[in-house]
Amino acid sequence: MDIAERVRSIIAERLNVNPEEITLETTFEDLGADSLDVMDLIMELEQEFDLEIPDEDAENIRTIEDTINYIRSRIQSQ
Amino acid sequence: MPPKRAVITGLSLITPLGVGVEENWRKLLKGESGIGRITSFDPGGFSTQIGGEVKDFNYEDYMDKREARRMDRFAQFSVAAANMALTDAGLDLKELNPEEVAVMIGSGIGGISTWEEQHRIFLERGPNRVSPFFIPMLIANMGASNTAIALGATGPNYAIVSACASGAHSIGEALRLIREGRAKVVIAGGSEASITPLTLAGFCAMKALSTRNEEPEKASRPFDAKRDGFVLSEGAGVVIVEELEFAKKRGARIYGELIGYGMSCDAYHITAPEPNGRGAILCMESALQDAGISKEEVDYINAHGTSTQLNDITETIAIKSVFGERAYKIPISSTKSMIGHLLGAAGAVEFIVSLLCIRDNIVHPTINYEYPDPQCDLDYVPNKAREAKVNVILSNSFGFGGHNATLIARRFE
Repeated sequence: MDIAERVRSIIAERLNVNPEEITLETTFEDLGADSLDVMDLIMELEQEFDLEIPDEDAENIRTIEDTINYIRSRIQSQ
Repeated sequence: MPPKRAVITGLSLITPLGVGVEENWRKLLKGESGIGRITSFDPGGFSTQIGGEVKDFNYEDYMDKREARRMDRFAQFSVAAANMALTDAGLDLKELNPEEVAVMIGSGIGGISTWEEQHRIFLERGPNRVSPFFIPMLIANMGASNTAIALGATGPNYAIVSACASGAHSIGEALRLIREGRAKVVIAGGSEASITPLTLAGFCAMKALSTRNEEPEKASRPFDAKRDGFVLSEGAGVVIVEELEFAKKRGARIYGELIGYGMSCDAYHITAPEPNGRGAILCMESALQDAGISKEEVDYINAHGTSTQLNDITETIAIKSVFGERAYKIPISSTKSMIGHLLGAAGAVEFIVSLLCIRDNIVHPTINYEYPDPQCDLDYVPNKAREAKVNVILSNSFGFGGHNATLIARRFE
């Protein structure tokens, strides 16, 4: 599974939504996530991709596309 | 203005005997035990390996998966039980202003399985891996809170923590809210889900639990001479308490009127009951006084009856002290003989069962009563259900810490 698919599947699972509802432009807010859900998702992504995501980076991640791009760039810079 | 009156119009039960009032009642009348070897983890290294687990609870029947994941099991029980009780009451909350609906659902312990899981993560992986849902899943008020969120109930709402008296205190507080006109409907009861390795280890260390691991269904044997401790169980019980005039106006079915609430504290020891039953006596007497009825009118007692040496003797002494010679004529049963001890849910579950005794004029048995204990010499309705005219019930709950609560209900005619 590529990064985009892994991200999408984690979000779908955590927020209990259909993966097809998740487009690149979808925000966490669109999926009904509150701040605790977002924190939980960030932790799940950290775990999945073996990363530490600092709070100041997490604050800038709003859409699925942001998420995928951020993780890609972090993985490439490793 | 005289205080408003409170009636019970909806019931729900989640116990080791099943999910739903009628299934539980049928099994309780047959004298079935819900106790077995613990399956949710391997109890191999524990001195007690048995418990009363709720087996057929599917949270997805009552809430969506995402909501459920933000709740500990005890809170899931609360929300599910509240929904079932409302259905039983045939009550659509849209008939009320949201602020007229209160929720009082207590828990003795709260989200301890969440605590254990997150503490393990904390130790293994450090502070930055602890879930943001840890605290809102752990705290014991979240059964009441999640129920209010699910139902949009904006009236009075809190959770009483008084160990094994939490459920009874919660229903008692509901009576006060109705009397004072603070709410028209109170969703009240208790919930517990604490069959976890750490909890079991703690109760084992106290020597509070039965170790009859080879015969789980015989382990809870209140008032029997060979009793050796209580059985740790889980579940929930919720009632719909309504202001009488509101209930009458909507033509609600009424299980009984909640007429008395007693409270006291032993102020004696952190876990052991005061040996002369001082706290229990005070509690039952204050409930009778609150109900404004005479001792002669009580025709059934649902005992706290835990199956520990100390409780069963002390409760017997207390009942004799309150009721005198009449104590020998009142059928007394312990629901715990069949479902074990649901801790913070016990008082609510047992009150609900007592209302069914009123409804059907039958009292359920105390099972596993085989060897009489000379110190427990009352009529515990041994082993077989019995028909009896039941108009007024009294239900006792006594918690660690010496917290006592007694509820009295009367047939509504």
